[in-house]
Amino acid sequence: MFGYYLDLALRSLKRNKVLTALMVLALALGIGASITTLTVLRLLSGDPLPQKSAQLYYPQVDPRPAQGFVAGKTRPMPTLTYTDAMNLLKLHKARHQAVMALTHAKVMPVQGSERPFFSDAVMTTSDFFPMFDVPFRYGSGWSARDGEAHARVVVISDTLNQKLFGGANSVGRTLRISSHDFRVAGVLAPWSLQPRFYAVRLGGRSYGDGDGVFLPLQTALADKMRPSNLNCYDTGDLSKLKRAPCVWLGMWVDLPTASQARAYRSFLANYVRQQMALGRLHRPETAMPDLMQWLRQSQVVPDDVRLQAWIAFGFLLICVVNTVGLLLAKCLRRSQEIGVRRALGATRRTVFAQFMVEAGIIGLAGGLLGLAFAELGLWGIRHQPAQYAGLAHLDLSMFAFTFVVALVSSMIAGVLPAWRACVLAPAPQLKAS
Amino acid sequence: MQIRPVLSALRKHRLATLLITLEIALACAVLCNACFMIAGRLSAMHVDSGVAQPSLGYIKLQGFDSATANDLNARVNSGLRKIPGVQSVSVVNTVPFGQSTANAGVSLEPSFKHNAGVVTFYTAGPGAAKALGLHLVAGRLPRPDEFGTINKYVPDAAQVLVTRALAAHLWPGENPLGKVFWGIGTHFRIIGVLDHLSQPDPAGFGPGQAQWSVFVPAMPGPQLAGSYLIRVHRPADLDRVMTQARAAIRKVAPNVVLDLDQSHTIGYLRHRYFRTDRAMTELLVGVIAALLGITALGIVGLASFWVAQRSKQIGIRRALGATRGDILRYFQTENFLIVTGGIVLGMVLAYGINLLLMRHYELPRLPFVYLPIGALVLWVLGQLAVLAPALRASDVPPVVATRSV
Repeated sequence: MFGYYLDLALRSLKRNKVLTALMVLALALGIGASITTLTVLRLLSGDPLPQKSAQLYYPQVDPRPAQGFVAGKTRPMPTLTYTDAMNLLKLHKARHQAVMALTHAKVMPVQGSERPFFSDAVMTTSDFFPMFDVPFRYGSGWSARDGEAHARVVVISDTLNQKLFGGANSVGRTLRISSHDFRVAGVLAPWSLQPRFYAVRLGGRSYGDGDGVFLPLQTALADKMRPSNLNCYDTGDLSKLKRAPCVWLGMWVDLPTASQARAYRSFLANYVRQQMALGRLHRPETAMPDLMQWLRQSQVVPDDVRLQAWIAFGFLLICVVNTVGLLLAKCLRRSQEIGVRRALGATRRTVFAQFMVEAGIIGLAGGLLGLAFAELGLWGIRHQPAQYAGLAHLDLSMFAFTFVVALVSSMIAGVLPAWRACVLAPAPQLKAS
Repeated sequence: MQIRPVLSALRKHRLATLLITLEIALACAVLCNACFMIAGRLSAMHVDSGVAQPSLGYIKLQGFDSATANDLNARVNSGLRKIPGVQSVSVVNTVPFGQSTANAGVSLEPSFKHNAGVVTFYTAGPGAAKALGLHLVAGRLPRPDEFGTINKYVPDAAQVLVTRALAAHLWPGENPLGKVFWGIGTHFRIIGVLDHLSQPDPAGFGPGQAQWSVFVPAMPGPQLAGSYLIRVHRPADLDRVMTQARAAIRKVAPNVVLDLDQSHTIGYLRHRYFRTDRAMTELLVGVIAALLGITALGIVGLASFWVAQRSKQIGIRRALGATRGDILRYFQTENFLIVTGGIVLGMVLAYGINLLLMRHYELPRLPFVYLPIGALVLWVLGQLAVLAPALRASDVPPVVATRSV
């Protein structure tokens, strides 16, 4: 039966070539626009660390004075002060914990002819590497003891290793960073999180290439490196980073089970209560979002991208309404044909099925053409000036989803005309002819 | 033209009429909001930076010790001045569309009870005001002895210039000359008012705050170094001068890092700053074009169908004495009525969408003026789309009435 419907539908579509082309084109434009924006949206709201994101948490406390505090209304600041970060780090209540800030490291070239350059750098503590499952090509991270001892060790990215050492095993070699010699302890395998969640509120880019240099926090501070993002909430001596009333460190903790997460939450609340008793902190509010919650709160997806997705789906809706109108016009014009079919014994259901098959064919054609439009749209996105631009590609699931969208929207468009066709009473139609 | 027969004909095709009305309503809603967003982006892109953009270039250096700053300033100054075509070289902390480096809250009283807003402090050495081409509307430029030494971020108790927009915000309706405000641990006295000087990141703040800048004269030194404004005699020379300047830096200061991201002409920095806005505008224009195209196709499709379906009735009307013009006008009126219905519904939708956008994105309320514009566009579009089917209808000969199918 299906084959017969297919044949009927193709015949009917062929009869009105222009109208068919218009319907397919309209649907394809709407689908192309929506799939393009949806691909970008999915890319940007993706999970950077799928195997671990559920067990990574971002503890926050609020160091600001009590003035202006409204319970339940004010949120803690996005980063921690040095004192709070160090206290939480030293209490060592999670399986892994690391604090981090971004900076720019002035890297001196290994060969004489090159010029010095700045590389995006992370000042962090030893747990950073095991906690985020950072892949190493050569060597490893530094130990907690090295970090405490202000050891001049450094971990560099694959890209930087290519640039400086031509991709060779550079572990043990010396790298000059802002007028101090560092020993290369490890070289990463290619590693670029999308988004770079740990950098989101530290003054770094959210998308694109990863950082080049990873330094022990204490060593970097001893060498007078400054964090990229320093947020001060009070006046005072801002030159001494360790005591200044400023937040600049992000902290991540690894809590594999739900009970450990609960325990850490109460530990955090206790810590704040204790610090309030000491008179150091004044606000009881704490927060501990997990990785995906943190990304949502930080609004890593740019407003423009969401807006584009809304516009695209509005456009698709208009295209679908347009297709409904045209299909309806077409099927009403064929009332006589329907009347003949009904009179010859076709049931309502078969007439309905026949028209739905016709709509489905339009949907498939629209999906195919829409896919071409989406590829074109993504090509356009890749030429846009955005950090994420280079990452916009259609993957297999979006490829499949395109056809789902196409079929669903054509079916929605087809239901009304098909229903109108099948409820037509056959007798008047026959009489009219 | 009588409307009643048109309406009663439409009543026979309620579903199709409803669909086309809905399509036009949706198109109207999206059209109004998209146009409004485009206008917003365009006005942001036309911000007046207040500087002589075509003649200005910027060089930014990093990775030097503050102990060597004075030496660096001297070397760079003499190195850049040697390039043919350079009119002046001055030290500035940043430039419009460069990195925003010094934003701070200011207040009209020393106790800082009320924060009057966050402004940008341009600290600049001698000659910078002239090189930038700042246009003074009141007061005077700083005298040579008013360039103080920077303590932390700015000189203490500096004599400063503010923009007209900032003066109007801080002291509405008053003469700002001689007034004092507080910020970053010191106070400032106003000696002059500038026509325009945009913040380095003009779109980064709320609406109307693009021009909230303070121009602070300061002596170059450890806290003001490594960031240079180049002015050329002839704008045509600027690109060549910038290439030579980058090369000259390598010679006069081999151990510092030239910030290649920032060291460009102001024109390029501006162009780059607005890249995303331009891309978004192009996208919106594309969407509007596609949208209008689809809507027109929908009207053509439906009108053609109606013409074909009613050819017999048209023939009868012609046989009873209706002119071709009458038939033409019939379909035009029909289209006008449908589009008008769509527009009425569309305006409600447009405001609904706008309210939704206002809640989730930082968009202002849709001004009323966009509604008549949207309506006019759709009326014209509808009439153009219906013209071909309506002309075909008017070509139906009266003899059709005598045929039985």
